[in-house]
Amino acid sequence: MEAAASGGCGSGPPLLLSEGEQQCYSELFARCAGAAGGGPVSGPPEASRAAPGAATAASGPVADLFRASQLPAETLHQITELCGAKRVGYFGPTQFYVALKLIAAAQSGLPVGIESIKCELPLPRFMMSKTDAEIRFGNMAELHGTKVQIPYLITEKNTFKRMDDEDKQETQSPTMSPLASPPSSPPHYQRVPLSHGYSKLRKSMEQMHPAPYEARQPLVQPEGPSLGGPGAKPLRHQASLIRSFSVERELQDNNSSYPDEPWRITEEQREYYVNQFRSLQPDPSSFISGSVAKNFFTKSKLSIPELSYIWELSDADCDGALSLPEFCAAFHLIVARKNGYPLPEGLPPTLQPEYLQAAFPKPKWECALFDSYSESVPANQQPRDLNRMEKLSIKDMADFPVPTQDVTGDDKQALKSATDEALPKDMSEDSATPKDSNSLKARPRSRSYSSTSIEEAMKRGEDPPTPPPRPQKTHSRASSLDLNKVFQPSVPASKSGLLPPPPALPPRPCPSQSEQASEAELHPQLNRAPSQAAESSPAKKDIPYSQPPSKPIRRKFRPENQATESQEPTTAVGGPASVATVKPHPTVQKQSSKQKKAIQTAIRKNKEANAVLARLNSELQQQLKEVHQERIALENQLEQLRPVTVL
Amino acid sequence: MAVCVAVIAKENYPLYIRSVPTENELKFHYMVHTSLDVVDEKISAMGKALVDQRELYLGLLYPTEDYKVYGYVTNSKVKFVMVVDASNTALRDNEIRSMFRKLHNSYTDVMCNPFYDPGDRIQSSRAFDGMVTSMMIQVC
Repeated sequence: MEAAASGGCGSGPPLLLSEGEQQCYSELFARCAGAAGGGPVSGPPEASRAAPGAATAASGPVADLFRASQLPAETLHQITELCGAKRVGYFGPTQFYVALKLIAAAQSGLPVGIESIKCELPLPRFMMSKTDAEIRFGNMAELHGTKVQIPYLITEKNTFKRMDDEDKQETQSPTMSPLASPPSSPPHYQRVPLSHGYSKLRKSMEQMHPAPYEARQPLVQPEGPSLGGPGAKPLRHQASLIRSFSVERELQDNNSSYPDEPWRITEEQREYYVNQFRSLQPDPSSFISGSVAKNFFTKSKLSIPELSYIWELSDADCDGALSLPEFCAAFHLIVARKNGYPLPEGLPPTLQPEYLQAAFPKPKWECALFDSYSESVPANQQPRDLNRMEKLSIKDMADFPVPTQDVTGDDKQALKSATDEALPKDMSEDSATPKDSNSLKARPRSRSYSSTSIEEAMKRGEDPPTPPPRPQKTHSRASSLDLNKVFQPSVPASKSGLLPPPPALPPRPCPSQSEQASEAELHPQLNRAPSQAAESSPAKKDIPYSQPPSKPIRRKFRPENQATESQEPTTAVGGPASVATVKPHPTVQKQSSKQKKAIQTAIRKNKEANAVLARLNSELQQQLKEVHQERIALENQLEQLRPVTVL
Repeated sequence: MAVCVAVIAKENYPLYIRSVPTENELKFHYMVHTSLDVVDEKISAMGKALVDQRELYLGLLYPTEDYKVYGYVTNSKVKFVMVVDASNTALRDNEIRSMFRKLHNSYTDVMCNPFYDPGDRIQSSRAFDGMVTSMMIQVC
């Protein structure tokens, strides 16, 4: 071979190849030639030119191979030039071997030159693509030939060590083959083998490292490098987060020691979850209610959509409560998520409630109470309630027009972002309460609770500020109505029943309560004829409108308000009357009994107002239908006219 | 197979609306909106005494030349509106009813999730999204 090599190439340098090198190079040459189906080919830079006689390596695979050596392009060009391929125009065996030798030299850090190939060199290393690796891998192992190396970021420093490990790898690769099986599981489990490898690395088992990657490389290659980098960091990062969430680090390591099952719950984890469950709910066979679980899981500081998704996965029977296996599944998913595992598309089989019930027998409850969570759970709830109360009372004390304007500003923006014209009453209520309390998500819905607690009353007191922007939206819906026309009493008889305005406006629990009394007399005449019965309450509602000094914004919208307010049958109706009776008093504590009565009267008034508003609603909808028909008629006319008009 | 599915809250704002992606989705929104009037009309027509006996499925709300609009209302006045292609004559009433029933079940499941705030848009529930996708016309 050497003689042929030196004889074959005219101007090529005499080449001394060792046994191993000979075998390897001939292998590679055969592959390159075989890959192209034989036949004459040119070197990479040149056009093809038929080479007489000797087999040549195809340029395609050769180029791939050279690129796989991970040398920069100019080096490769240099090499091809030196080996003579450029000159003769093709890659004969000589040129190929010289090129390989030069590649080895370059990879070892030696300058690319003829002199360097004279000395003994390690074999050139190539990073294979997926298909190449599958082709070559089997043979490489047998031949102890060119090593297939994965340029894993962390193991870069191991490259030279691998020469020594070559022999060991042979024995180790069979043992590592079980690891090859996990990657065949769904792609999002890719992180598992990598994390496994990473944890092993952390434990400084570096020798094991290359082999597992090698074994998995054919399967994992495309995803490997990309996941390896980010996978390494989030694991470390999340680990510290876990500690703060008071899950033991060992649990995490135990988790990763099941490389094929990140969703399997270990014994320690199970114990921990069960204890947590006990802290929330003493009876192991009953359920944790939704709100309790929500408070608990919110402490994990995951985002609400993620928590919502975890709940969806773990509450298998969708009953709004978590039994013990469901709770363990949910907790485990949260732990996994905090460790950086992406959430699965569906509940993994090892987290199914039946599986969990069967796998672990019911634990015996011990007498010892659990510490941080059991105490912190009620403790957290109380401060939250207190916070809310404080915030509400502070709001009370503040000058009302100011916060309302701020809130209306917020509201306008919030409403503008809404796509539909319908009034989002909920949004207004939400923005009424402080924005940060929204993130707590633990507050009860005021509408659904008919509590007589102080905070509820205060909350209703806050409703009023928000409505003003709403008319802006509804105005657009009723924009086709000429509202001014509607308001005039001379409006056609068909609309006589209509009232411009019963404005279900949220009451301004403003300091100017005294004004209300006087304006209450003014307004009844201005407004509605039909709703005599509820005159007193609507009158109170009107009052807010007519307070120019305190509500400049409101005044602008007044005409629209009056028309469109009626379209909100249930606008914060609870607020108005109750607020009118509730004094905006900073010290609320001493008025609990008064407020109970006030709330009862409020309820009565609300019912009346509801009836009125419902009537108005139907009337306005009639109007809307008529307008709708007008619109259709107009559109028809437009259609008829369209072809005629010249554009 | 529906062309557009919408869930409207009691206060007549949308909790969830999704339509087949076409060039002018706004017209579906408009149709749903106008159908709300018809829904309210049907509800009120039943009378207050019959609230308990009122059937949840409202049937065909109104037809246009291209589409038909069906309605369904729950006991808490949450409305489901579905727009289907009028050319799809094979679609029977029973199928529409079953579609609404599925919608209702998925909606209650979303409600059971404590992390869902009633009155919010339904945007985080993949199960609900998946169910609606299965009901919509598959457009490549």
